[in-house]
Amino acid sequence: MDWTDTLAELIRRTTSDLPADAEAALRRAADVESPGSQAALILGALAENTVLARRQSTPLCQDTGTLTFFWDVPPGTDTAALEQAARRAVALATRNGWLRRNTIDALTGRSVDSNVADGCPVCHFEQRSEVRGQRSGAGGQGAGIEVWLLQKGGGSENMSRQFSLPDEALGAGRDLEGVRRCLLHAVWQAQGFGCAPGVLGVCIGADRAEGFLTAKRQLLRPLDDAAPEPELAALERRVLEEANALGIGPMGMGGVTTLLGVKIAARTRLPASYFVTVAYLCWACRRRGLRVPADGPLQWLN
Amino acid sequence: MITLHHPFTEAAVRALRAGEAVRVSGRVCTGRDRLHKHLAEGGACPADLRDGALFHCGPVVVPRSPDPAQPPDGRGGWRVVAAGPTTSVREEPYMARVIERFGVRVVIGKGGMGAATRAACARFGCVYLQAVGGAAALIAQRVTRVAQVHFLEEFGATEALWELDVEGLEAVVGIDAAGRSLYDEVRDASAARLRHLLESI
Repeated sequence: MDWTDTLAELIRRTTSDLPADAEAALRRAADVESPGSQAALILGALAENTVLARRQSTPLCQDTGTLTFFWDVPPGTDTAALEQAARRAVALATRNGWLRRNTIDALTGRSVDSNVADGCPVCHFEQRSEVRGQRSGAGGQGAGIEVWLLQKGGGSENMSRQFSLPDEALGAGRDLEGVRRCLLHAVWQAQGFGCAPGVLGVCIGADRAEGFLTAKRQLLRPLDDAAPEPELAALERRVLEEANALGIGPMGMGGVTTLLGVKIAARTRLPASYFVTVAYLCWACRRRGLRVPADGPLQWLN
Repeated sequence: MITLHHPFTEAAVRALRAGEAVRVSGRVCTGRDRLHKHLAEGGACPADLRDGALFHCGPVVVPRSPDPAQPPDGRGGWRVVAAGPTTSVREEPYMARVIERFGVRVVIGKGGMGAATRAACARFGCVYLQAVGGAAALIAQRVTRVAQVHFLEEFGATEALWELDVEGLEAVVGIDAAGRSLYDEVRDASAARLRHLLESI
C-alpha cells in the first residue's frame, strides 16, 4: 500500500467533506432559528458551503488548519516512514489546492509554501498490540494501523484556553462546578472569534502540555456520544444546554445555537495543580480516519 | 436584499443599518495582518482602495496554468478555490488608520471589530460587513475573476493583496456608519445571561 497516496486521500476527505454528524447538527441548528434571521441565513450558507465543498473536493474553509495525525500502530512499526509519508502527502495536497499555503516561518515571517517543516504536520504515535478504536475507546479491532486526521483552524485555536483552579475572578473552585464556570466563560470569550457554532474539547487535570493534547483528542469523538463517566456526561449535557442559552449564536451575531457539542475527559493531576483545558473547535469539524487491519482491506472511518 | 456595487458611495454606505443583509459586487481587495500593518505604518498601497472594499481574507489560490508542464507561477492566471473571512479583530490596531488614509468604504470580515473601527466607520462613512465564517467554497464561487495580485513574493500567497472581482457576495451589516455594532449588543446581552447562569449554581 502506498501510504503517501492514502494519506493525501485522507487529507482530501478531511478538508472537503464535513462528517455526517457535524452536517446533521448544522441542519438541526438551522431548523430552530427563526426564518429570515441572521442566524438562519448564516447556517443556511454553511449547509450550502458543505455540499459545494464536498462536490468540488475544495476546502470547506480557507484556513485549512494545523494538520494533526493521531496514529495507533502495532509494536515494531517504522513510524519514521509513516511520518515521511505524511509529510509527502501534505506537500502533494498543497499542490492540489486542498490545503492553503498555511505555514509561516516564525523568525523570518516567510511563507513555507510546501506546508512541510520540522514538526509540521504533527504526528502523534502510540503503539498498540490491538487497534483500540480511537474515537470510541473500544478495543478488540485486531492488529493493524489506525490514523485520524484533525484539521483545526487558527481562528478556533486562538480561542483555546487553559484555566488554573482556583480562579478567583471566575469564582471557580477545584470541583466540577468550577469546571462549569470555566467552560461557560470560555464560550463567552470566544464569541465572534471562533466561528460558532463550535465544539469544546476539554481536559480536567493533567499537566499543561498533556491537558491541551487530551483536550484536542476529545474533538475526534462523535458529536452524539457521551463521556463514559456519568458525572462528566452530565456536565457535558449541562454546559451544552447553558451555552446555548447565552444567545451568542452563529458567528456571534445572536441566535439559538452557540455550541454543537461538549466533550470532556478527566486525567490525574498533581496535588498542587488543577488545570481545566479547553480546545475550541469551530463549526468546521474536520476529522476523518482510516484503519488498515493486519489482514484486510483499508477502511475509511467517519 | 440590498445590493452594493463598487465603487461604493458614501451615501450608499451611510444608508445601511446593522442587521441588514447585502450582496456585494465588483472589485474587492483582500488583506490581512501583514497588509494592515504595512498600510497603517505609512506604506504605499498598490491597489486603489478609495471608495473600495477591503476583505479580511487569506484565500486558497491555485495557478491556472495553461500548460501543466510549465512551472505553476501564476503566469497563466489564478483561480480562487476557497475564500472565507478571517477574524477581523486582529486588525483593530490598524483599521481606523487604514480607513482614514485610503478612504475605504466597506470592510468585510468576521467577528466584528472594536471601538476605534466603529468610530472610524461613523466619522469617515464606512461600514463593516460580516461574511459567513468558514463558508470558503461558497464565497469562492462568487469570485468571477482574479484581476491582480500584489505583495505575492513579500507577504506570501495567503497574506498577499488579491484584487478580486466578485458577484453577489452575501454578507450582513455588522457595524453601521451610525455607530451601531451588532457584536457589542450580543456581547452585552450574553454577558448578562452568563451572570444570571453563574448566580444559579
